[in-house]
Amino acid sequence: MNKVILGRYIPGKSIIHRLDPRSKLILSFYFIVVIFLANNWQTYALLSFFTIMSVFMSGVSFSFFLKGVRPLIWLILFTVLLQVFFSRGGTVYWQFGPLSLTSSGVINGSYVFCRFVLIIFMSTLLTLTTAPLEIADAMESLMGPLKKIKVPVYEISLMLSIALRFVPTLMDETEKIMNAQRSRGVNFGEGSIVQQIKSVIPLLIPLFVSSFNRAEDLATAMEARGYRGGEGRTKYRVHFWRLNDTLACVVFAFLTVILLGLRNW
Amino acid sequence: MEEPIIEISDLSFKYPQQKREALSHLDLTVTSGEWVAVIGHNGSGKSTLAKLVDGLLVPETGTVKIAGVSLTSETLWDIRKNIGMVFQNPDNQFVGANVEEDVAFGLENQGVPREQMIERVRSALESVGMWDFAQHEPARLSGGQKQRVALAGVIALRPKIIIMDEATSMLDPEGRKEIIQLIKNLNQKNGFTVISITHDIEEASLAERVVVIDDGVLVQNDKPENVFQRGAALIESGLDIPFSEKLKNEIKNYGIEVPQEYLTEKGMVDWLCQFISKK
Repeated sequence: MNKVILGRYIPGKSIIHRLDPRSKLILSFYFIVVIFLANNWQTYALLSFFTIMSVFMSGVSFSFFLKGVRPLIWLILFTVLLQVFFSRGGTVYWQFGPLSLTSSGVINGSYVFCRFVLIIFMSTLLTLTTAPLEIADAMESLMGPLKKIKVPVYEISLMLSIALRFVPTLMDETEKIMNAQRSRGVNFGEGSIVQQIKSVIPLLIPLFVSSFNRAEDLATAMEARGYRGGEGRTKYRVHFWRLNDTLACVVFAFLTVILLGLRNW
Repeated sequence: MEEPIIEISDLSFKYPQQKREALSHLDLTVTSGEWVAVIGHNGSGKSTLAKLVDGLLVPETGTVKIAGVSLTSETLWDIRKNIGMVFQNPDNQFVGANVEEDVAFGLENQGVPREQMIERVRSALESVGMWDFAQHEPARLSGGQKQRVALAGVIALRPKIIIMDEATSMLDPEGRKEIIQLIKNLNQKNGFTVISITHDIEEASLAERVVVIDDGVLVQNDKPENVFQRGAALIESGLDIPFSEKLKNEIKNYGIEVPQEYLTEKGMVDWLCQFISKK
């Protein structure tokens, strides 16, 4: 379970860590949209340079970003190879039946590769420098306008933050149940597929039942502490939009302008 | 100080799936600033009593009055402000993502302004000695620390009554001692009324009054020394006796005359010294 990079937060004190989660969330999404505007090597070089700069500024070790790419490497390679061998146009280097290696194929392939890696790097940057709860806060704040169309924004965000708070607790419990079942002779991850699926049941059912108990206990404890729904509550955790956040937005605006200029080189 | 803060009369409750009443016709009065321990074997109705007092369950018959106001669906939320509860499982009652947010949760519910909240969270955490852990997530705390945070969450709300629903039962001896010491301070220095529901006989022996519940019926409501004097009867109803009582029984087995009345640990030491010096 240690392979999961999603939601892995590395505490730090860099400029990027200190940005408001809202600005980070918006800008990361914005960046992913902007990547699709790039269409030649100059634009990709610009975006890559920008991403690497951001990674450096976060002060997080580069190996974490490579770990983020690793689980998706087969998907990336598959897409890249598809692009390389099935694109037509440009100089033909090699051909065999429907397969052909062309200059435009190679170029398209490398673009796709860049695009994947940049998107993964940027989203990893977001999750590595922002605590999961801050992301939940940012989502609540950004969903604010949806209250007007009767979306229960407060409830969604409470659900999200409780879910995030219980992730480590439930992970521990999963581990405990697995060990308890192992010590009673259950083999996890062995045998045929059918056997493997069957062996998950003694893990899943106790986990399910205990989650119900937890939910009940938590609901009682919340009620005893005066929880009556989102109405009339104040907030302890607040975020402030600072100068740095505005600056980050300005930097992104500049980036977009330069990108649009380079696009039509 | 002598005014009653909790008045329970003729309280009965039955869980929907069960035939037997969890509590039947219970009467109990607790005066302000008192520390009352409720003991009884598993399934005797202790936790049900706590939940009825806090309005988490609705009784079949009888009334609960808190500080002179009787508990109904209209007065429920105001009454609940007077009562803070700490539950058994330290993990399942931790709502916030980290310590300070968990303490702030109850304050947020009451709509306390943020500036005031920061101050109250800090003083509550300091009073349980957890301020240094304010930023820690629950996964990084021990069980005893989590219960201290839960207690801080209650203190921050400044209730009149604190109900500990087996709050020490999942802790190690060290954590248990710390929590009991904290309750003692809260009761004696800050004047909170404390109701502790417990299996731990040592904890009960520290209380001013012990209430014994057996199968939903109030069996005894007296000072600890009078309750523990019934030694054998307590063991029969599925309870335990304090260490000093056990020691007394062991000494009795050797044919030595021991005092009839209950002795605290200190009383036991004094008696033993006297006994030896007389020889």
